[in-house]
Amino acid sequence: MSKLTLKTEGDRYIVVTRRFVAPPEAVYRAHTEPELLQKWLLGPKGRTMPVCLSEPQPGGKIRFEWTDGKGRGFYQTGEYLALEPFSRIVHVGRMHLPDPTPDNHVETRFAPDGSGTVMTMRMTLPDAETRAAMLATGMERGMEDSYARLDRMS
Amino acid sequence: MPNLDAAFSALADPTRRAILARLALGEATVMELVEPFEMTQPAISRHLKVLEGAGLIVRRVEGTKRPCRLAPTAVAEIDQWLGMLRRALETNYDRLDGVLAAMKPEK
Repeated sequence: MSKLTLKTEGDRYIVVTRRFVAPPEAVYRAHTEPELLQKWLLGPKGRTMPVCLSEPQPGGKIRFEWTDGKGRGFYQTGEYLALEPFSRIVHVGRMHLPDPTPDNHVETRFAPDGSGTVMTMRMTLPDAETRAAMLATGMERGMEDSYARLDRMS
Repeated sequence: MPNLDAAFSALADPTRRAILARLALGEATVMELVEPFEMTQPAISRHLKVLEGAGLIVRRVEGTKRPCRLAPTAVAEIDQWLGMLRRALETNYDRLDGVLAAMKPEK
């Protein structure tokens, strides 16, 4: 079951699960160490994260800055609330689009599953206004991806 | 999903379905709904409260009036947003699979 599942829990939460082949320690490190985060927490193709601050301790700061390499980008700030290596991370984060979105409270758990890991992430479902703002950003990127594919085809 | 149970039970009532049909034509105040439905204002207000609670209509404040309009895109909009989130997460975690595979030799 390496496929991602995504479910809403009531009106307020989203629960995501995903299995990884690697053990919890590796998955936990990939979620907290800046040089590892920069390799995968990027969203659509073509986006990079030139600035990645991650201080995995209670009260530690989070700052991710993404760019599409064409002068457009956005960033996320946040704080770690609680950490239990290598099984649990609780943090809050907000996107700046550029106005900050309401805090997203996220709990991420890593449970051993054979030689792999099952990750369960529970996050806040943003309000309608925030969803619209995020959708506007995401859709713009999605369309760029489509255009890039068209370019390759022609 | 926002109040799906509430939405279905709200839609089970013929008067509330008729109110939604009326609101599909455009915004209306309670007084404007009282007339065609030949109901009392408190009765209409009760129906509107149920529809609002189910996320099927939204109301705004305009002086002493609170005009209602349909919120028909609520469910579709959330689905669209969740779809975007799913695609972003799938892309990220597929990439993370590669990062994890590359970490192995270090251990």
